[in-house]
Amino acid sequence: MKKKHTRREFIKVVSVSGGGFILATYIPFNNLLAKAGDDPKIFSPSVYLKIDSNGLVTVIVHRSEMGQGVKTALPMLIAEELEVEWEKIVIEQADADSKYGSQSTGGSTSVRRNWEPLRVAGATAREMLLIAAANKWKVDKSDCFAENGFIVNKKTNQKFSYGELVEDASKLPVPQNVKLKDPKDFKIIGKRIHRVDTPEKIYGKAKFGIDVVIPGMFYAALSRCPSFGGKVKSFKADKAKSLPGVIDVVQISNGVAVIADSTWNAFNGRDALEIDWDFGPNASVSTEDIRNEMIKHLDEEGSLFENRGNINSKIEGEKFVEAVYEVPFMAHAPMEPMNCVAKYENGKIELWAPTQNPQNAKSEVAKALGISEDNVTVHVTLMGGGFGRRLVSDFAIEAAEISKASGKAVKLTWTRKEDMKFGFYRPPSMHVLKGSVSSEGRPIKFYHHVIAPSIRQMRFDKNLTAEKSEIKEGTVDLEYQIPNLKITGTLIPTHVPISWWRAVYNSQNPFAVESFIDELAFAAGKDPYQFRKEMLPDDSRLKNVLNIAAAKSGWGTRLAKGKGRGIAISAGYESYCAQVAEVSVVDNKLKVEKFTAVIDCGVVVNPDIVEQQLEGAIAFALSAAMKGEITIKNGGVVQSNFDDFEILTYDEMPVVEVHIVQNNFKVGGVGEVGIAACAPALCNAIFAATGKRIRRLPVRLS
Amino acid sequence: MAKFNLNINNRNYSVEAEPNMPLLWVLRDKLGLTGTKYACGEGICGSCTVHIDGNAERSCVLSVKDVEGSSITTIEGLAENPDHPIFKTWIDLEVSQCGYCQPGQIMTLAAMLNKSSSKEEIEREMSTVLCRCGTYHRIRKAVDKLVEEK
Repeated sequence: MKKKHTRREFIKVVSVSGGGFILATYIPFNNLLAKAGDDPKIFSPSVYLKIDSNGLVTVIVHRSEMGQGVKTALPMLIAEELEVEWEKIVIEQADADSKYGSQSTGGSTSVRRNWEPLRVAGATAREMLLIAAANKWKVDKSDCFAENGFIVNKKTNQKFSYGELVEDASKLPVPQNVKLKDPKDFKIIGKRIHRVDTPEKIYGKAKFGIDVVIPGMFYAALSRCPSFGGKVKSFKADKAKSLPGVIDVVQISNGVAVIADSTWNAFNGRDALEIDWDFGPNASVSTEDIRNEMIKHLDEEGSLFENRGNINSKIEGEKFVEAVYEVPFMAHAPMEPMNCVAKYENGKIELWAPTQNPQNAKSEVAKALGISEDNVTVHVTLMGGGFGRRLVSDFAIEAAEISKASGKAVKLTWTRKEDMKFGFYRPPSMHVLKGSVSSEGRPIKFYHHVIAPSIRQMRFDKNLTAEKSEIKEGTVDLEYQIPNLKITGTLIPTHVPISWWRAVYNSQNPFAVESFIDELAFAAGKDPYQFRKEMLPDDSRLKNVLNIAAAKSGWGTRLAKGKGRGIAISAGYESYCAQVAEVSVVDNKLKVEKFTAVIDCGVVVNPDIVEQQLEGAIAFALSAAMKGEITIKNGGVVQSNFDDFEILTYDEMPVVEVHIVQNNFKVGGVGEVGIAACAPALCNAIFAATGKRIRRLPVRLS
Repeated sequence: MAKFNLNINNRNYSVEAEPNMPLLWVLRDKLGLTGTKYACGEGICGSCTVHIDGNAERSCVLSVKDVEGSSITTIEGLAENPDHPIFKTWIDLEVSQCGYCQPGQIMTLAAMLNKSSSKEEIEREMSTVLCRCGTYHRIRKAVDKLVEEK
């Protein structure tokens, strides 16, 4: 197969399960598409696709691929409606451009927000090709149909390839309200189509941001103030400049950069800089100060998020439970450290950025350089993980400023240490939970007061109040039917840069809520599954996934001593998830044996990618629950690499069994909903195994 | 700067580099072999794994001066045979997500399989290669399949 397709360098060989091999081509940058001597006519009724007169169908992916599979899932939507063979599609990554609508790749939105627009794009093109063919044959369009890249005349069986229709279709008005396919006729959506990016990645041929090389490029490293909010007072570059390969030293807004002939020499040059820092107003802040800021509010009520019944009423025989939960700052730590290639020339800049937020990179870089957005081009590269970190454009601004200040094209590469220390972190939080159950074991009261910094308040709107902030995510609109309920919140400030981390506050609040529901179940003398089930309405999709998770995990069957199961549910991103963790604890050593995860995400575009996302979410959430945390000392981050910010390892990964609910509800997100239920399922399982309730993450058993 | 003669993927390269420059950066910045990934720089995570005379080694902590005369294989070398059972299994089972650590995972496993390492040795070695997307579950399936087929 490889030989047959040598004409294209970026060929993908992928297979569909149960079928033969399927090819899909993927071209990382627009400019590589042009081939010498080719001058095909292009039919492009939408910004998301083009068909040339040779019949080549190019799908433009406007969201960023960071491992979550959009480069496969989004083209599937177009290919389905366009009636074109999957293997004939070329996939192209879009640059930053407002014409695509939002390109921000976060919030589990890529598939669910584009489910309709991309299918409409495919269907519109199909309809225009159909009309073009009908016109050529002088028949009614109802006498024609689209199939595998051809329009077929039903009566005569004559065919036109899409390529042959490109010119005529281009002249037609773009039809409105085209009919989308009935889901029962789907040929691509719902199939285990193999990912288009796998082969190049495993062969080492994929170009991530860090792999980009452009002509005349140098390598840059940057020294930043170890305390957040500090700045350069003065610096001496003599030593750095005397080192091999060092070419230039420039100061930018965020520190001092060294430019060299290789990454290694840039790192060494940077280490040799002598910088006198003004450590800023936060130079003495530590984790304890930030914790104390939260502790201060524990006994307060907080701003009201939700209220029903009366949690202060007196009820005969009720049994009270109270607990405080806590989670720490967390780093994204994607395997590929932050980096960006930038080339500033004559008032214009071109960037190659592993960014989840290309339009933001474009506007932020324009602002930082004082040029118009029209003069900023952002090419989006593959990303070695994102998890929210690359929604912030700091690394692109740095590269842009270094390129402008030095007058050179540069690739800025962060070391792992810098990636750990200069991130935007998942905020910490504390949670006051109070509740009661009746003597018959029914829930009576539920109170949750969440205390956390708000990302939106810290970054965008200093006046934002708790009730309008996003810290309520995962606290309100619980489906549990508890008669008396009160949810409140308090915002605390932090000087530590905070940002979106996979599932954001849904990585925090559900841990507290679903763990505490377990505490209530225990107080009620009820099985945690039954207790939840009885609180959920019958038509609840959450109840359905809960029931399936219990059944599939063997809930209620006997386990050996030292083993335990925990269950938890989560809703969000228009999806529903239940997880059952099975753990063993021997001599205080925790082993996570198995996770059973059930997801209802409505219509499924690619079940294999959904399963990947669940498996990955569980690994990611287990890392946060069991391993690393970010702590602060002297105003900066203590951790510096994967030895002091540990993540889950191969031998620690549980078996993960994923079950996907089949239905035709609106398509939901799958990247984050699997995070929320993981930590509470784990900790509830630890409780079942040991009787020890984990209320502070990461889990410490001794 | 000094000149080093390196044998990489059965080809001879002559490169000029600082003697202490890690092989990783020679591969990436000097030779354009970017399949070998930088992730931790301290030999902790395994993303930069290459074969030195058949052994899986971390190129981020190996100085170029110490690998002269060795036979070096990178992921690009292994991928000269795209039908290698590891690649086929990785595609069949769709192991990769972001893909960044996968060359390191594959190079580590390839060295172990070549040496017919025991299951315990493979378990130990694979547990030192980090993945943030959480592809471990599928890596295990791939490892089990490959060990069984061997």
